Amino acid sequence: MNPVLVMGPILLLFVVLGFVTMAILFERKVIGWIQMRPGPNRVGPWGILQTVADVLKLLIKEDIIPSKADKPLFKLAPAIAFIPAFAVLAVIPFTESLQFSQFAVGILYYLAVSSITIIGILMGGWASNNKYALLGAMRSAAQMISYEIPLVMSVVGIILSVGSLNLVEIVEAQKQVWFIFPQFLGFAVFFIASLSELNRTPFDLPEAESELVAGYHVEYTGFRFAFFMLSEYVYVFAMASLTTVLFLGGWNAPFGLTMIPGIVWFVLKFLLIVFSLFWIRATMPRVRVDQLMEFAWKVLLPVALFNILLTAVLQEVPYLDFLYRL
Amino acid sequence: MLRTEEMLLNVGPQHPSTHGVLRLVVKIDGERIVEVEPVIGYLHRGTEKLAEDLNYTQIIPYTDRMDYLSAMTNNYALVHAVEKMMGLEIPERADYLRVIVMELNRIASHLVWMGTYLLDIGAMSPFLYAFRDREQILSLFNELCGARLTYNYMRVGGVKWDAPPGWIEKADAFVDYLLPQMDEYHGLITGNEIFVRRTKGIGIVSQELAIQYALSGANLRVSGSDWDLRKKEPYSLYDRFQFDVPVGKNGDLYDKYLCRMQEIVESLKIVKQAIDQFPEKGTIMGKVPRVLRVPEGEIYTGIESPRGELGCHIVSKGKDKPWRLKFRRPSFYNLQILPTLLVGESISNLVAILGGIDIVLGEVDC
Repeated sequence: MNPVLVMGPILLLFVVLGFVTMAILFERKVIGWIQMRPGPNRVGPWGILQTVADVLKLLIKEDIIPSKADKPLFKLAPAIAFIPAFAVLAVIPFTESLQFSQFAVGILYYLAVSSITIIGILMGGWASNNKYALLGAMRSAAQMISYEIPLVMSVVGIILSVGSLNLVEIVEAQKQVWFIFPQFLGFAVFFIASLSELNRTPFDLPEAESELVAGYHVEYTGFRFAFFMLSEYVYVFAMASLTTVLFLGGWNAPFGLTMIPGIVWFVLKFLLIVFSLFWIRATMPRVRVDQLMEFAWKVLLPVALFNILLTAVLQEVPYLDFLYRL
Repeated sequence: MLRTEEMLLNVGPQHPSTHGVLRLVVKIDGERIVEVEPVIGYLHRGTEKLAEDLNYTQIIPYTDRMDYLSAMTNNYALVHAVEKMMGLEIPERADYLRVIVMELNRIASHLVWMGTYLLDIGAMSPFLYAFRDREQILSLFNELCGARLTYNYMRVGGVKWDAPPGWIEKADAFVDYLLPQMDEYHGLITGNEIFVRRTKGIGIVSQELAIQYALSGANLRVSGSDWDLRKKEPYSLYDRFQFDVPVGKNGDLYDKYLCRMQEIVESLKIVKQAIDQFPEKGTIMGKVPRVLRVPEGEIYTGIESPRGELGCHIVSKGKDKPWRLKFRRPSFYNLQILPTLLVGESISNLVAILGGIDIVLGEVDC
């Protein structure tokens, strides 16, 4: 077997993991700055090893399983939540050449695999045999399922324009104009729905600490808890990458600045998305659970459906079809 | 039809949003609250009983620990009752100092409420901004009396410490700093759609209901009644200052928030006027006997604490110790309405409504 083919993905996986640890530090730093605190700055220069220290601490913590918990399910749940988070990274193209696998139905794969995580969360909440955990898991399931629909619907506009589910082809189609402009409605719906998919403020109800203490992972300790948290951050990474690929033109350079390599552009755009996620977290209060459902079904879904109609109609308009038929 | 069951949920005493050791036994049907029973007493220290074995000066530090977010007003409630009973004259300088620290303490208390309330609703940053501003008040108090939370500042007949040189100017600078700062808070919170949707029309208290439950403070004023003891039964120097009493229209949580924010502005106005009128020279302790013997009889005095009417009832047998001391703690009275407000609501409104009442458990349990 070709050693490059074997080692390449493993190396890439480590790069991703390193990036995730940095993202956690970055989030704490950004929120610290917004709140006029320095953020973590004790472990290593500029607090750079903070996440490493946190993970190490969680590793050596006692592993507690509640005596009334459903043990096999309780142990399985973090893994089921965690594995899809990494599996979805397989289809994300970082540049033309840098990706795990090129897949004809990449976007479909992403959306399908990422929804497996919800089973892990529901399992964890149920198996904990804790009322707060159960309420948190129930809310989480309801929320993620309802927001998946507008999320998928908002992408349909792009698929109509490109005529392909392949993420590389979607990026190639954005050579001239990024999809954030012709598909602005789609982007708005996608971004809001992705916030909810990621369980981030203002949609962080599953782990709403004020009502449910900690939500579905209230009984988890040590490394199992770390797995839940880590999967959440890997999803932030994956979702920000997907947003970049779908709407911000992936590795395409703006203004013809092609002398800067594509990976730099990808990282810059990606960081912009990640920063806005953190920014929103530091600014917004939390939506109430019934308003959350209302918003998904009564606002986001109609807007997403309208966007599909709009895209289909505009494809037939002369002069505008260059934006919508690629 | 599926068979469904009611679930008994124990919220507290160790819960991040009950603001202390309050325990709520909540019966829920799905996400709807069917029954609530608040359980209190986890912080009961028997202040009122202890006071019967202490002379009046010794009781003052105990009052600090009741409503620990506005210890100055608690100090005042006790010394005011004793002074009234003994008919003591308070030097003007001491009275002005008392008003300044009480109003600053009201601002600090409302800032904590605002920050923690937004934290309950899920916004993290306002909490840190509020604490940044409250910190300045605490530093002022620290400079004045050497403590940041439990001040033990007032004495029967005056105050313990005079303002150090430059302190009044610092307080003045703080007022000038905080007034424009309020716009920042309004810009961040007041117009936020999520915040408005979470608070408007939730936890409505009608004026009739509020009076039936003996609510006071912002909890009463939010329903449209302009009852403020500083205006209605002026004590200390409050009849010398120009200020308004903010009242609400709808009696909901959003009005409570606006009311308290406006109260901060009004308090700033009072501090500003008190600093302008502050006498240059003068003593800070009136003429009081070495041993405070309160004449036989009883008295009830009420003052306006940040949370409502803080009353002090002293029964004296002519000794240097009270025969019976009773505090009317506003948090305790305001908390009684909680079950009425919560039944029929969704569990996701529980924390918002509880936070809106603004309780301090040290005061509820006393």
